[in-house]
Amino acid sequence: MRNFARRIFAGIFKKKGEVKLGFYGSPNAGKTSLANRICQDWLGEDLGSVSRMPHETREIQVKEKVILERDGKRIEFKLIDTPGIATRIDFEDFMKFGMKKKMAQGRAKEATQGIIESIKWLDDMDAVVVMIDSTANPYSQVNITILGNLVVRNIPVLVVANKIDLKKSNIKKVQGAFPDYEVVGISAKSGENIEEFYEELFKLVRKI
Amino acid sequence: MVKKKKKVFGKFKKGKDNLTIHFMPYSEIANEDAIGRIKKIMGLVLKNKIIILQGKLDADEEVRLIENSMTLIGNIKGFAGIEIASLSGENENRGLFEGVRRNIAKILVGEQDAITVIGPASVVKEITKDPKKIELMLQRK
Repeated sequence: MRNFARRIFAGIFKKKGEVKLGFYGSPNAGKTSLANRICQDWLGEDLGSVSRMPHETREIQVKEKVILERDGKRIEFKLIDTPGIATRIDFEDFMKFGMKKKMAQGRAKEATQGIIESIKWLDDMDAVVVMIDSTANPYSQVNITILGNLVVRNIPVLVVANKIDLKKSNIKKVQGAFPDYEVVGISAKSGENIEEFYEELFKLVRKI
Repeated sequence: MVKKKKKVFGKFKKGKDNLTIHFMPYSEIANEDAIGRIKKIMGLVLKNKIIILQGKLDADEEVRLIENSMTLIGNIKGFAGIEIASLSGENENRGLFEGVRRNIAKILVGEQDAITVIGPASVVKEITKDPKKIELMLQRK
């Protein structure tokens, strides 16, 4: 009820035509890579930095006035890249990437705060892209929890199975795990299948 | 110069105790609100116990549980979060009548037709889930 009222209130004062599009998922699923791909395609600049080390994005990153055009239709997006949601953060995991203990502890602290922020922002999204690493097991509780919360909040969702350029990728497994959702397979890194993603994104906006 | 000691709010028992699995029947949380359920679960997790819960938390409770455990990391020594996985028949194909019956039962008595495993990350290395099974991998001491 509180979320419903908040969405109605936000809807009244929302900037006309602007769609707040959130990128959610586990760490290293490729949220920033996709946000960067969109920004590069339509603005010619990046949104954030990417790394192989988990929790590279530890703060919410926003890019406003990203205008996408397709079949004569123009949509203005506000892209919101969120830190990856995880249930565990162990500073020792960062030390495996060569980080000193103090630095690893600092990064772990920032990562926990980033997750709390990501959760808080859930209520503010108009639509969400849930990024899933198609080379990993899709049945992780984090994916299920994120999707469950979006359903409860009545926020339209597009499930993106990323990293289809890799050998281990299994898009069918992702589709099997989330049969109630439209799943589009892409490689945010190479740009493979990105046109299909844009097509699905425009369909998603119609559901708002 | 006196070095300022970092303030910690508690100590998490890491690995010294025997492994304890706590079976929690749904009745134990049925009358609790979201805060009460999270408090009960986190209380056991902080005692280094693995919980096998009959039923599952709802989506909002799950996200609050994650939020709560994130708040504790860094404030409770040795605590690195939780591992959680639920198994339910949600995605199973069933007829219309069975679907309606299950939804009514869910409203009346909660989602008891599920099982949830929750454990501290320092004890549970990983929980992997397939559609029909949960595998629990423990940390080596």
